Amino acid sequence: MSERAAHLYVHLPFCAHRCGYCDFVTAVGRRGQHGAYVDALLAELELEEGARADRVETVFLGGGTPTFTEPRELARLLAALPRAEELTVEANPETVTPALAALLLSNGVNRVSVGAQSFRPNLLSVLERRATPDDVRRAVHTLRDAGFDNVSLDLLYGIPGQSAADLDADLADALTLEPEHLSCYELEAKPGTRFTHAHGAELERQADAMEGYFETVVDTLTRAGYRWYETANFCLAPDRDGGRDLRARHNLAYWLGRDYLGLGVGAVSTLGGVRRRNLPSLGRYVAALRAGEAPPRELEPLDPGTRERERLMLGLRLDEPLAVDTVAGALDRAAAERLAARGLVRLASGREGATVALTRRGRFLGGGVTVELTV
Amino acid sequence: MQDLTPQERIRNFAIIAHIDHGKSTLADRILELTGALTEREMREQVLDTMELERERGITIKAQAVRVLWKGHQLNLIDTPGHVDFSYEVSRSLQACEGALLVVDASQGIEAQTLANAYLALENELEIVPVANKIDLVQADPDAAAAELSQLVGETPERVLRISAKTGDGVTDVLDAIVERIPPPAGDAEAPPRALVFDSSYDQYRGVVAFVRVVDGSFSTREPLVAMAQGTTFEAEELGVLSPARTPVASLSAGEVGYVITGLKDVSRLRVGDTLTSRSRRASEPLPGYQDVKPMVFAGIFPTDSDDYPELRDALERLRLNDASLSYEPETSQALGFGFRCGFLGLLHMEIVRERLEREFDLDLLITAPNVAYRATRRDGNAVEVHNPADMPAEVESVEEPYVRASVIVPKDYVGAVMELANDRRGSFDHLEYLSEDRVLLVYELPLGEIVFDFYDQLKSRTRGYASFDYELAGFRPGELSRVDILVGGEQVDALSLIVHRSSAYDRGKQLVERLRQEIPRQMFDVPVQAAIGSRVIARETIKARRKDVLAKCYGGDVTRKRKLLEKQKKGKKRMKQVGGVEVPQEAFLAVLNLDGERKK
Repeated sequence: MSERAAHLYVHLPFCAHRCGYCDFVTAVGRRGQHGAYVDALLAELELEEGARADRVETVFLGGGTPTFTEPRELARLLAALPRAEELTVEANPETVTPALAALLLSNGVNRVSVGAQSFRPNLLSVLERRATPDDVRRAVHTLRDAGFDNVSLDLLYGIPGQSAADLDADLADALTLEPEHLSCYELEAKPGTRFTHAHGAELERQADAMEGYFETVVDTLTRAGYRWYETANFCLAPDRDGGRDLRARHNLAYWLGRDYLGLGVGAVSTLGGVRRRNLPSLGRYVAALRAGEAPPRELEPLDPGTRERERLMLGLRLDEPLAVDTVAGALDRAAAERLAARGLVRLASGREGATVALTRRGRFLGGGVTVELTV
Repeated sequence: MQDLTPQERIRNFAIIAHIDHGKSTLADRILELTGALTEREMREQVLDTMELERERGITIKAQAVRVLWKGHQLNLIDTPGHVDFSYEVSRSLQACEGALLVVDASQGIEAQTLANAYLALENELEIVPVANKIDLVQADPDAAAAELSQLVGETPERVLRISAKTGDGVTDVLDAIVERIPPPAGDAEAPPRALVFDSSYDQYRGVVAFVRVVDGSFSTREPLVAMAQGTTFEAEELGVLSPARTPVASLSAGEVGYVITGLKDVSRLRVGDTLTSRSRRASEPLPGYQDVKPMVFAGIFPTDSDDYPELRDALERLRLNDASLSYEPETSQALGFGFRCGFLGLLHMEIVRERLEREFDLDLLITAPNVAYRATRRDGNAVEVHNPADMPAEVESVEEPYVRASVIVPKDYVGAVMELANDRRGSFDHLEYLSEDRVLLVYELPLGEIVFDFYDQLKSRTRGYASFDYELAGFRPGELSRVDILVGGEQVDALSLIVHRSSAYDRGKQLVERLRQEIPRQMFDVPVQAAIGSRVIARETIKARRKDVLAKCYGGDVTRKRKLLEKQKKGKKRMKQVGGVEVPQEAFLAVLNLDGERKK
């Protein structure tokens, strides 16, 4: 392994319940297994010590519902993780109690990402979320009270039955809570999920009506002083928050094409020329690590060209221009000129060399534009 | 069979009938009864050799079979059963002295019965009327006999009533052939002349001509000449079909048989030509030779451009068997490399398409068919146009082919047929009651109106009761316009069409609407227009997409998202660039196919 990763992802798959639209690696309940799983995580952490940079910059605990994990086990895990400048934990609103907030804070967590999704009870129930709108509000206040000054909210739009007025109301409710960061995703009806089975046809019917929702989200949040720094992510602009850069540093590492180490069932690492994915079986993951072995994985070799194409694909999601020489082999110059003429791409050259970025309209069409721009 | 049959003991006849009225079954039964084939050798519809013919129940290639009956040599000359091949039919009939006119007694006379009967009468054939399928419960032999007798000017008693299926009455048919049809009248001592009424291609022996010897006699190994085309060759083998190829030393006046020519190209020996001996050359060819010209044209393109060489080879091979098929390379910006093919008519086009797809396993994209136009430029120069995209922009006048169409329907549908014919710029010629209930309508119509879903409309407006046939009636001037389709301001060559001014707007609008539905939305607005010259007659806009993003992308998603991107990239490579717009081939396919489906 030539590179050592400064970014660490830890997957905690446990959930109280699996939401219909979810396609992550999750495990419902299984309280009895949380301890064994954390043991396995710690074993993998030790096993992968060599892949980890001496100074870890960011750690991200994702799930599943990390905060559903037995508090004792969660604390044990957090205590064993390396110190980092940014330590984020994903939380479902209904799991956020003063005790949990204190536990997180005392174990070095300095950023919490709350899965709000919506503030409309009917939409939350379509999503099969357990939290009520009040749970969301209470969770944020609880985190504030505990002293967290970097809270992110996840919102979904394009939910079956969501009207334009519903979306406006959701955005307004979210802004009232003054989160430092917002992630807004269009709901994806992934093939094969229970959700798509139930709502796929309805979503297709609404597709035209919902086409402008993305613009609404971006317009509303940027007007409210948020920086649209990544396709689906917004943070309070520095001038609104004493100059702090509130972009999610961990995720930024993905978008800048950096290496990262992923631990846990289903977790993915990208280390130099290899991407590897731990297989999703919880039982086999735990058993392998208990036996002192690496968990079952699939490996994907990444040649430099592939990494360059990925860097282009990821970098174009950001609002900051991408240095052309870092993606030179992946970028179709002629297409870039063509799209620049169409007002979708901005090409510039400065002291740092040539850069490429998407215009505002280009960002709304980022998928198609990226396909065109890639060799 | 080598014995020389005196001319007065020869009978040459054809069977003519509307599709499905039992022509092939009757032929089978005749072969069986005369012992030409044992029952064990019989396959259903022996004469229809090609798989496709068997399946569609139609005869494409005429053939001739010799059988013996009560000391007479009977030559059964099979005829194609469709208007597209009417020239071949007329040549086949010219090789005969008589014809069995077969009508399904449960259906009565149909449009093809009429067309064929008129052809037979024009050729001065003795017609033996036959009411077939009398075994069917719904058969009405008396009504059929009445219609037939009226048509051919016989008494109803002279109409034979048979069931080719059960064999009932078929010996009477054989007796009637001997008794009623005159023997051939040619001069056995004159310089030899033989009419080529069909040809086929044998991959080992070259072109095989089917001939009717009119005068004199021909011998094996004799140097021959085809008088109209001037093609010379040696008769490598003479023979008769009984029904297997049986070589003979000579063919004499009145006889029907085949000549193996050794020619490697069917186009060098056309149906209708006259063969004579080079050393004993006849002074005049037999009358009636025509170089048949295709009237319906369409572009044929491989769906996968890599298949172009296979398509070229397949067309070459088809043409060996089908001299009436013509093709030339065509390059379309939208569809790539292909061929502009000329056909005798719509059925001929369908047959060629199916043979290409079935026998050569090709996936094809076929443009909407158009007819041949004669355009006169402002400078007075005339051109024949086979592809709408080639129509000169500035023309003095344009002529289009017309047909004389016969439609037979129950009287309740006369109004519906008239309405359709009027919609299609038809001009009424006359109307005739064939019986109390059934009416014959004759219209003159532009062929171009028929190639555009006419059959379909006729069938649906008459609940399937109408039967339809037509013959070409020459070129006439028309108020025709070339409508171009533009995507993103750029003309899509494969979608240009020539239509009458009265329907230009509707057709343009239809195409533009369909394209709007089929072309995926792009990252910018795309106008889709129909235009006559520089005048836009219909316009739609494919609105730009407002969003196209992958909702989220984190560490665990990168591979999947990259693969998605690569897949989209690959998909784009299969698209055609028109006016800066990527149009998936499927969009053209859908537009062209919709057109085709309307016609089925």
